[in-house]
Amino acid sequence: MLTNALATVVRELQSALGKRHVLWAPEDMLGYEYDATIDRARPDAVAFPANAEEVAAVVRITRRHDVPVVPRGSGTGLAGGALAARGGVLCVLTRMNRILELDPANRVAVVEPGVINLALQDAAAAHGLLYAPDPSSQRICTLGGNIATNAGGPHTLAHGSTVNHVLGLEVVLPDGRITWLGGRQLDAPGPDLRGLFVGSEGTLGIVTKICVRLVPVQAAVRTMLADFESVEAASEAVSAVIRRGVIPVALEMMDHEIIAAVEHVLHIGYPLDAGAVLLIEVEGLRESVEADAAQVVAACREQGAREVRVAESEAERARLWEGRKAGIGAIGTVTPNFYLLDGVVPRTRLPEVMRGVAELTARYGFRVANIFHAGDGNLHPNIMFDELQPGATAKVLELGGEIMRLCVDAGGSITGEHGVGQEKRSYMEWIFGPEDLRAMERVRLGFGASELFNPCKILPTGHGCGQAHAADARRHLATPGVYL
Amino acid sequence: MSGGFRGPDLPALADLQNCIHCGFCLPVCPTYIATGQELESPRGRLHLVRAVLDGKAEATDRLLSHLDLCLQCRACESACPSQVPYGRIMEDARAATMARGARDRPRAWTLRALALRYVLARPRVLRSVLALARLYTRSGLQRLVRGPLARALPAPLRALEAQAPVLDRAPFRRSGVLARPQAMRARVALLTGCVHGELYPQMHEATVSVLTRLGCEVVAPPAQVCCGALHTHAGDAETARALARRNIAAFEAAGVDAVIVNAAGCSAAMKEYGRLLRSDARWALRAERFASGVRDVLEYVAAQDFAAPGLGAVPGDVTLQDACHLAHAQRIRSAPRAILGAIPGLRLREMQTPDRCCGAAGLYALVQGEMSRTVLASKMAEIAATGAHLIATANPGCTLQLEAGVRRSGLDAGVRHVIELLDESYRAAAAARG
Ligand SMILES: Cc1cc2nc3c(=O)[nH]c(=O)nc-3n(C[C@H](O)[C@H](O)[C@H](O)COP(=O)(O)OP(=O)(O)OC[C@H]3O[C@@H](n4cnc5c(N)ncnc54)[C@H](O)[C@@H]3O)c2cc1C
Ligand code: SF4
Ligand code: SF4
Repeated sequence: MLTNALATVVRELQSALGKRHVLWAPEDMLGYEYDATIDRARPDAVAFPANAEEVAAVVRITRRHDVPVVPRGSGTGLAGGALAARGGVLCVLTRMNRILELDPANRVAVVEPGVINLALQDAAAAHGLLYAPDPSSQRICTLGGNIATNAGGPHTLAHGSTVNHVLGLEVVLPDGRITWLGGRQLDAPGPDLRGLFVGSEGTLGIVTKICVRLVPVQAAVRTMLADFESVEAASEAVSAVIRRGVIPVALEMMDHEIIAAVEHVLHIGYPLDAGAVLLIEVEGLRESVEADAAQVVAACREQGAREVRVAESEAERARLWEGRKAGIGAIGTVTPNFYLLDGVVPRTRLPEVMRGVAELTARYGFRVANIFHAGDGNLHPNIMFDELQPGATAKVLELGGEIMRLCVDAGGSITGEHGVGQEKRSYMEWIFGPEDLRAMERVRLGFGASELFNPCKILPTGHGCGQAHAADARRHLATPGVYL
Repeated sequence: MSGGFRGPDLPALADLQNCIHCGFCLPVCPTYIATGQELESPRGRLHLVRAVLDGKAEATDRLLSHLDLCLQCRACESACPSQVPYGRIMEDARAATMARGARDRPRAWTLRALALRYVLARPRVLRSVLALARLYTRSGLQRLVRGPLARALPAPLRALEAQAPVLDRAPFRRSGVLARPQAMRARVALLTGCVHGELYPQMHEATVSVLTRLGCEVVAPPAQVCCGALHTHAGDAETARALARRNIAAFEAAGVDAVIVNAAGCSAAMKEYGRLLRSDARWALRAERFASGVRDVLEYVAAQDFAAPGLGAVPGDVTLQDACHLAHAQRIRSAPRAILGAIPGLRLREMQTPDRCCGAAGLYALVQGEMSRTVLASKMAEIAATGAHLIATANPGCTLQLEAGVRRSGLDAGVRHVIELLDESYRAAAAARG
């Protein structure tokens, strides 16, 4: 049951948004206690605003009553960012899902934050244009979530991540005011607050409108699948390709565990006996594409590729990509649970880091499946385990920490694209000193965020988080409640 | 009313563990599309089921209402990269709720189960009910209610009435040997079903005619009964098992090469008899063997040389509504398209999402009228956008729903089973030959 304060909040939310657009029944809160991570945290109420004014109302009401507020898109985040770590109100933006403007002449689009990434891609494609950031979750993740996490994707290698494609943002600040950051051009006068906001994981405000840039679809594209004996050989080939001066638009790795899982589900025709495959795509003008593709093939062969298959048709290309996009999900078919990690290292250090990951997981007695954006050095080891085995989850989390440490020691970082969220707050101290962290805290305060605005995210400070999180973790370890 | 799950049909933890909460199933779920709410999504429902199974939540009426709003269309299964067997998890969850007994479950669930048990599963009762409905159509009262008298009915009743079929044909109630071709290549048995032959006798006639042309002797074992699909979906596993045993015995006795089913919901259910009876030592193996011989009629026909008898022109633009239990439950998508594509003069105009549910879902249209109509409205908009004047289906439930949709939207379109169109094509060729 709701406390008096919360009951008042719910009543005020209901009168601001309409009764139908506020949930608070305890059993309904179960449906909002998760995202795609293994963390869980239950809100006290969920609000579904329809426009910026209603978002502002949600923010003001929660602020007035000292109740936490957390923005949420589709809940596909992989860092626990959309979890109500300290309860309070979850502000879900799925109703704000209109494409407001698509201007092919100026190549910009203005959308609401609940628009699904793929919906924008489809709308742009109808005009021969492309919204470049293409996270593997694109068929369901929202652009608001993409902005918040600065989402990347296979094509980030050549096109850059979300931040390179956002021109302007309408945001509701933590005090309830509505403002625009940036505009319709890539370069706005003054400090780049838009750039600061992208990747801030919903800790600086709630995005309510997004102006993005669209790029023309390239004339030609070639997609290749190169097949290697081992992950290390494939990792060497990644650098070999880039050394030849070719920048593929995508350079993805899948190891034999992933290949087996994908083939089990989809029968794409990936080589089952390979140690790893690289999915490589080049695009550009018709002539240059052929030359680039030849360079890629040569580089792979030189690093011992057993075979390099070039997609002969658009259908074959789509098929090769389908396997990649379903890859993470397919792991679920071969193991009860898995823990998906996100780290980044300099490309040239990939071979040794991948070896390190393999050794560490073996030492802990687990199996690992790797599927990742190799061109960016952005690795995603997936540690397979069974939550029902006593102590397994705790061991996996510990191993996750060690792998993150390995990335940092190799000159990399604790997240390549999924964000820090709630999950990796404690690792922030490995890469930032106390001064850096204090500066970040001051930025948050500068935007007007109180401690209750999306609490317990990114920064390792904050009251009630450490305890709450540790208690949560213990509860989960004690019961079979950890999924993924 | 609350409590946990009970009885022999508990959802399997291993099935639930497959869900990695990735959310890839959300954009294909009609109830998520309509509400934008996690609780009305596959991921949300699985999470609720798991919470009840783990004893972390009580299955209150409110919690169950989210499970109940599920169409059981299984589109989420097709979309799931982790192969979560959503359909059987939901069936088990409903059975394990029903097993709590009449006092501890929502009254609507009990009523639904009773209606299914005492009407669908009993041919004589069913026929009496339908005789009344037939009288309603034939007396002209239905035409009055839908025309001049429309305003006399209160809105909820009018909505319900709009679902009612137009029963203006003599029912199909034949059994025994239905047809025997001169050159016989196979012997098959036809499931004539509970309501199917009563509502759409023309589908059975077309099916028998097509199968005969393909060289099949067609028999309808007289002892067969309703397939039990709706009972399974409503959580009445006991009745479903009783019906399955009777059907297995009836069809085994017919000694045929295949059991042909021309309602996708029923073919899907009969293919799952093995699982339904898995804990019944005496029947498990028999059920498996039986299930392996079940074929949806479109699957069966598409695997034959169905052009051989000669295909004549059926002019027009057609759009195909994939039956959920064909496309998602049985993963059959190309068979109906191969058949429609082979018919001369017929142009297939695909709608944007042909495999999205139309909102029929068995009893759903009656029990969850509002959501059913919302789902149907988007379907009708998609159909209208194709410009087709023929809507091809593979399941009588979809036909009933789409006919209601056509009436409501005022669209100028007819609804036909794929097999009827094929039969028409055969007839056109025969007529042309003279
Ligand atoms: C199978 C799978 C594959 C994935 N592949 C990729 C990939 O290739 N690349 C990649 O980058 N990510 C990937 N992800 C992670 C995830 O999809 C992205 O982080 C995505 O951007 C999250 O979007 P969402 O709408 O689900 O956001 P949510 O999970 O709902 O929220 C994520 C964060 O954004 C904040 N947020 C949401 N909406 C707003 C808003 N309007 N204003 C302010 N803050 C907001 C939340 O508070 C939270 O911190 C993958 C996830 C899965 C499950
Ligand atoms: S797609 Fe499958 S694994 Fe992903 S959330 Fe849905 S049911 Fe779970
Ligand atoms: S069966 Fe259909 S309605 Fe039910 S959760 Fe799956 S997609 Fe949604």
